[in-house]
Amino acid sequence: MTVGLHAGPWRQTLLITGLALISALLIGAALMLLLGHNPLEAYQGLLQGSLGSAKGWATTIRKMVPFILTGLSVSIAFKAGLFNIGAAGQFLMGTICAVAVGVNFEGLPPPLHITLALLAGMGGGILWGAIPGVLKVTTGAHEVIVTIMLNYVAALFTGWMVYAGSTQRNARPGPLWDPSALAVSESRDILVSAQLPWLLGPPYRVHLGIILALLAALIAWWLLERTTVGFELKAVGQQPQAARYAGMRVGWITILAMGLAGAMAGLAGTIETLGLNHKFAPEFGGNVGFDGITIALLGQTSPLGVIAASFLFGVMDAGASKMQFESGVPSDIIQVIQALILVFVAAPAIMRQWPRLRMLLAAWGGEAEK
Amino acid sequence: MSTLTQATSRFTLALTGLLLVAAALVHFTQLGESEWMQIFFGTSALNFTLRAAVPLILGAMSGILCERSGIVNIGIEGMMLAGAFAAFVAKTATNAWPLMSSLIFAVIVTLLVGAAMGLLHALFSIRFRMDQIISGTALIILAQGVTAYFFDRDAIAEGKFGAIPLPGLSEIPVLGPLLFHKPPLTYGALLLVLVVAFALARTRWGLRTRAVGEHPRAADTMGINVLRLRYLNTALGGALAGLGGGFLVLEAVGQFQEGMTAGRGFIALAAVIFGNWNPIGALGAAILFGYTQAVQNELLLADAFALPRQFVSMLPYLVTIVAVSGFVGRVRPPAAAGQPYATEAGD
Repeated sequence: MTVGLHAGPWRQTLLITGLALISALLIGAALMLLLGHNPLEAYQGLLQGSLGSAKGWATTIRKMVPFILTGLSVSIAFKAGLFNIGAAGQFLMGTICAVAVGVNFEGLPPPLHITLALLAGMGGGILWGAIPGVLKVTTGAHEVIVTIMLNYVAALFTGWMVYAGSTQRNARPGPLWDPSALAVSESRDILVSAQLPWLLGPPYRVHLGIILALLAALIAWWLLERTTVGFELKAVGQQPQAARYAGMRVGWITILAMGLAGAMAGLAGTIETLGLNHKFAPEFGGNVGFDGITIALLGQTSPLGVIAASFLFGVMDAGASKMQFESGVPSDIIQVIQALILVFVAAPAIMRQWPRLRMLLAAWGGEAEK
Repeated sequence: MSTLTQATSRFTLALTGLLLVAAALVHFTQLGESEWMQIFFGTSALNFTLRAAVPLILGAMSGILCERSGIVNIGIEGMMLAGAFAAFVAKTATNAWPLMSSLIFAVIVTLLVGAAMGLLHALFSIRFRMDQIISGTALIILAQGVTAYFFDRDAIAEGKFGAIPLPGLSEIPVLGPLLFHKPPLTYGALLLVLVVAFALARTRWGLRTRAVGEHPRAADTMGINVLRLRYLNTALGGALAGLGGGFLVLEAVGQFQEGMTAGRGFIALAAVIFGNWNPIGALGAAILFGYTQAVQNELLLADAFALPRQFVSMLPYLVTIVAVSGFVGRVRPPAAAGQPYATEAGD
């Protein structure tokens, strides 16, 4: 492999990512044509909704917050050779813990109350992330199945926490349910002292969360690249046998990595709640788990890459409703495009199918890796 | 391997036997008067068990076909969802046809779409060297997105498979209604377990599949086309997983709902592990998981538990976790599962 001065692998990564994006958008356009929509109108609407106005930019930035954190969650696990499909469950458990703190403790000064709620949210995520880690280490249970099952358990548990109850079934309401919501299952609003301050108030609604998310990315980078623990974590991910012979505690690192992944996902839900929703309802969370996986892979599991990928996802999410409104394309197409991006990024070999492209890659980004 | 295989098969026999004997006792003796016995072993619970087990059985057979040949298939959930959607589209498109031909057409379409998903997984992981777990995940996200995008919420599928009582057998008390008074896909799934078990153990295809999954290099040296067999098995596995989804639409529910597979693909994967990659063992695991869903359902219907319903509903998921944690030390995946294989000659 010949690597020239100006042809570092990052250029190749950038080129492949760009091509993946274009390919996914082209296939997305074909699917739009299939249902008789105009793709140009759709993509125009998408960009207008996300980057066409100050409010659009604000929405994009706000949407990036949970993407960055769940992307980091999956990335950290990946670095340790673990596949965390459980970000959705960790997200919910973190949120519910943070809400429990947020609705209680009246009279605390805001900085203290916010810190407590953030810690509680991380704690919930750590717990939910560490369980599959512990089970993997002690029994060998594959983390993929355990995390998926825990997602369902978390959804049921958090659903119960804010359950409105039913007199017909003689079912009592959950402990965090808001009686003033009547038959609706949702929590009380968290106290003002636990709400994150706005960086830009309504109508922009950009909260402190984006700073916290970027800070988390910085900490993750520092941890992975500048500390012994980070080195061991990556060693376990790349060569578990070698790491074991080198005297590293592989089991402990596995649990730690899953706990850290859980902390990030828990923080994602917590910040989204403390900053924006201010309460918990069962449908909260949506597709965060799979989004996190796609973002982590798109960002090559590096914190900086995750931020860039989150921006891309933020744009798509922020512009989706405008796109649907302007062109009539169902916003579900966004998920299809995201899955296609995942395919093209995870299998760069697809891109190398075309001989011309291979030449281009060789000329632009050093020799294509075999 | 053989002693382990026997152990999981024995588990399957023991579990089925236990359930059937208990059902007979509840049916014939005074035990049937107890509400709890009805919840755990009543006809309704056991019928529900089989209905819940069928998609798990089909999903598990899919997993076994792929993994025994060395391809990890985490995308069962996505293949199932695609199959369910294909079944729905095919059924609604042919609503005007006679019911049986419309349903059979839908089954064929489901199998084909499932096989296409399987081929895609094989293409990604063999040809394009994508990590097999990531390829499976991509299939799931793709299936979720595409089915939501194309789903016409006003469309209605008219009719579904009804029970076909087997003459004679369905007259047997207890056993008859439970096992021989079922719709066709249920018979098909049960029969399929025997076919896969026999084929894996006793046919040339089975021997080759096992060789490719355990030691592809040796198989290659013996002149077996490793990659072609993996393509074939993954496509077949995709078809079966697709049928598992098709069952939900064509036999169980009758309609399609977004995300209707609801984790069944993953539970099927757990059944593969719990059953030690052995069809008969996986059948037992699928029955166990189906049974927990049935008990959960009966407990909710009877409202017999002081515990909140959400906690009762956790049962199937918790049992799955316990099953993969508690038994995994005693099972062994195919040696080459998840390993990409490069032929000697290069591809």
